[in-house]
Parts: sequence; C-alpha cells; structure tokens
Amino acid sequence: MKLKREKLVEKVLLVVACSTILSLMLIAVFMLKEGVPFLLKVGLRRFLFSSEWQPRNGQYGIYPMIVASLWVTVGALLVGGPLGIAGAIFLTEFVPRGVMRVVKPAIELLAGIPSVVFGFIGVMVVAPFIREYAGGPGLSVLAAALILGIMILPTVMSISTDAISAVPQSFREGALALGATRWQAVHMVVLRAARSGIIAGVILGMGRAIGETMAVIMVAGNAVKMPHSPLDSVRTLTANIALEMGFATGMHRQALFATGLVLFVVIMLLNSLAMSALKKRAGTR
Amino acid sequence: MRIEPKHTQRAAVVILGSATLFTLVILVLIIVFVLEKGLPAVSLEFLFTKPQEMGRAGGILPTLVGTILLPLVAIAIAMPLGVGTAIYLTEYTRETRLTRIIRFGTDCLAGIPSIIFGLFGFIFFVTTLGMGWSLLSGGLTLAIMVLPTIIRTSEEAIRAVPNAYREVSCSLGATRWETVVKVVLPNALPGIVTGMMLSVGRSIGETAAVIFTAGSSLRMPHSVFDSTRTMAVHFYILAREGISNENAYGTAAVLVIAVLLVNMLTYWLMHRFIARKAR
Repeated sequence: MKLKREKLVEKVLLVVACSTILSLMLIAVFMLKEGVPFLLKVGLRRFLFSSEWQPRNGQYGIYPMIVASLWVTVGALLVGGPLGIAGAIFLTEFVPRGVMRVVKPAIELLAGIPSVVFGFIGVMVVAPFIREYAGGPGLSVLAAALILGIMILPTVMSISTDAISAVPQSFREGALALGATRWQAVHMVVLRAARSGIIAGVILGMGRAIGETMAVIMVAGNAVKMPHSPLDSVRTLTANIALEMGFATGMHRQALFATGLVLFVVIMLLNSLAMSALKKRAGTR
Repeated sequence: MRIEPKHTQRAAVVILGSATLFTLVILVLIIVFVLEKGLPAVSLEFLFTKPQEMGRAGGILPTLVGTILLPLVAIAIAMPLGVGTAIYLTEYTRETRLTRIIRFGTDCLAGIPSIIFGLFGFIFFVTTLGMGWSLLSGGLTLAIMVLPTIIRTSEEAIRAVPNAYREVSCSLGATRWETVVKVVLPNALPGIVTGMMLSVGRSIGETAAVIFTAGSSLRMPHSVFDSTRTMAVHFYILAREGISNENAYGTAAVLVIAVLLVNMLTYWLMHRFIARKAR
C-alpha cells in the first residue's frame, strides 16, 4: 500500500518536472507555427533585409528595427556594463562586508522596479533633458540606451559579484604577498580569474536589453526608420510587436510572430553563450 | 609614462567608488521622483473607488483587485509545478540526462523576454484554448514566466536541508515521500517562500506579458474567466495615451510601493533563512 503510493508519487513528480520542458516546447511550437508559414511566403531575406514596413501594402521588412534593437542594446551595454562591473568590483574588493550586505540588496531593488516605471521616468525626465541639451526629438536611441542601461545594471552587477566572490582568497593573498597593491591584485589576478563569469553577466544583461519592451516603447520614439544618429527616434523589434499586436490580423499578425521568432532565436543564442561562459568558469575552478 | 602603483590604486578606488555611488543615487532619485509626484494623488478614496472616464478621474479599485488576483492565480499554478520539479530534481533522482535537460529548459525559460510570453499566451491560452482575455490566461502565462525562479530557489532551499535530517527520518521507518513532506519541506519553507515572493514581485510589475493575455478591462473581475487590468497595465495606458498624468503618477506610486514592500519582505525572509542556516 505504502509502496504503491511511493511509486505513484514518483511518477507524478516526474511528470511535474517535465512541465518546464513542455512549456518551452509549446512556446517554440506556437511561435514556429505562426511565424514560419509567413517567412516561407515572404522570404526570410526580404523579411530581414528590406527597410519597408507597411503592413497595409503587404510590405514586411524589419531591417530598420533590427538595426534599432542593436543600437539600443549596445548603448545600454555601454551604460550598464561599466557601471555594473565597477559596482561589483568595488563592493567585493574595496568595502567591508557589512557595507556590501546593505548596498547590494539596495541596488537589486532596481531590478524590481517595473519597466513601465522606468519608461515613464525616461519620458518625463531623460527625454526632455536630451531635447533641451542635445537636440532632436528627445525620445531617441540615446534615451532608450540610458534607461535600459540602468535597467540591466543589477543583472550585470549581481552576476559579476558572484563571479568575483568565487575567486579563491589565496589568489589575492598571493598577489598582495608579492607586493602588489589592492588594485593591482584585482585587475591582474582577480578579474582575470572571474572573467568568464563577468562576461556571462554582460551577455545576460544584453539579453534583457534586447528583450525589454514597455520601457523602450515609451522612450525610443517608435519611428520606423534607419537611425543615423543616437538622437534619432527608432522602433525596436520588441516595440514593433507590442505596438501593433493589439489590432493586427492575418498576414500582419503572422509578421509580428515572425518578428518574435527572430527575437526568440537571438535570445536563445545569447543565453547559450552565457551558459557556456558560466560553465567554463565552473570547469576551471 | 609609468604611473606609481600607489596612485593607480587611489584612482581605482575613487572611480569605482563614485560609479557605485552614482548607481545608488539613481536608485534613490527614481524612487523619490515617483513618490514625490505620485503620493499627492494617492488617498483612500483613490485606492477604493472605481475609475471614471477610462481613468481620467476617480480611483483605481479594479486595477488594485486585478494586481492582487493575477499574481495569486499565477502562484497557485506555478507553486505546485515549481516545488514539485525541485523535489524531483533533489530527492528523487541523480544527475541524469533527463535532469540536465530539465535544467537546460529551466535556464532557457528564464531568459525568454516577457513580450514573447505575451505572444505565446495570446496565441495559446487566449486564442487556441479559447480562454479569451482573462485572469486565467494571464495567470497561466505568468506562471510559466515565474516557474524558473520558483524551481531554482526551491531547489537551493531543499538542498540546504542537512542530509542527517533525511537519514534520521528514514531510519525511523518513514518512506521517502513522508520524509519529504514532514521533514524536508518544513525546513526548506523559508527558502521556498522567498522564491514565491520574488515571483509575486515580478508578476506585479509585469506589463508586456499581461496586457495581451489578461486584457485591459476596467470592470471588476467576478471569475477567473473575466478580463482584468493590473496597476502596471493601467499605468502604462494612462501614461502612453496621455489620459491623465496625475492619475498615472498616483498609480505609479502605489505600484512602486507595492513592489518595494514585496521585495523588502523577500529580503527579510531570505535573511532570516540564512541566519537560521548559520545557527
């Protein structure tokens, strides 16, 4: 009787444990089911590399949005990457543990602030500031990069902090014993040992920046055109989906799913890159 | 030119320190800005009356209800699945190809952006399964989204339970499942609750995945099949369509306070958990 129940529990748990894989497969299948027929009809090349996005006239080219996503993401990395890594180094190597225990959760609170709130601050504070002092419409690549940079900062920082903390204490002591200053020990020994973990943090931050939607819709301006300067208004891949999903039907809706599919593939590639970087770290330890 | 190591050391400390300080200042400024602009609009009346003219006037009661109900539905679905998976991974199997696949799937799921969840939820739950824009569709979509968080934190918490506990339980004649239910889970509870709270925090602030699955009806939901609008979605619509800046700020303030409270509670729990482990 008891034994029977044990067997049953184990089977149920096995089924439950497969729920993540099932979800992932469902997501992949439905994205493909909606996106692939469209891609076959229009042609992958024309979809990816044409600059004309006029769903009403049957023109579906997402090239400007791919470029926009790229610009915004690189900009976000330039803002959030250095700040996040600097914070991680400072908190692990240069301040007492007690300070870190207060500051780290405080910065991680940043991660909890909803993206719509970030977007709103972009609209109310950052965009007017840019319009005033740099010109252009204000709602722009630059505004999006600044806001997204702040948003990905906690991701970059917390993964980098873990990586730096994981470097054995003896590495630091060895360097210090050889007469290195604290900073020399950090940048010559510790950072080198923690490199792949930090890279993983940056890649995951990049994934967040590419995938972010609501904040970007609010601050990037959403004009479908190729950006020529950081002050131009752009529409990213994610913004394109969210903006038009509400009223799209037929081919148009399929085009949005195909856009999602492109995003899905890019994110999956980035994630597996980050995972292999993290694995490398585990392997060298 | 060679710079004295003493000077580079000092420069490094100053630069790294000011970068960290800058980050902290931004965090404080964001919160202060939202609260300063929003709190004047917030009152009991604002919280507990229905909105009028699409939110131009009146309060936010239905969105408050939506913001409480939607994470509840999501958690009710995700907790059994997530904790069950964690139990399976830690107590019922060794590292096999299957567990590696499950871990890989969990990692992948964690990286998918919320707009993709929104698209999927819309085409699968709302359209294909015919649930329409509803609490249920939104809850299911959010459940999949927070599943990785719950699995990871629960797994960690379960692993942290000392093996001696299990051995004692088994030596007293308990079966594996009895050990899990009576010994392992109670001891892992604070960690599991932490994962749950993290998920609630994420669900409260989520917009992209919710707006296409739970819809944006301002009516009070009466069952899980009714559409609802969360505060995050309400705030987005108010701000984006320029309906009312004042009410948008007010909603944002309530939203930020809710998220901060949930997150601080989570840290407090986590801290207690760590303190207990250290004892």
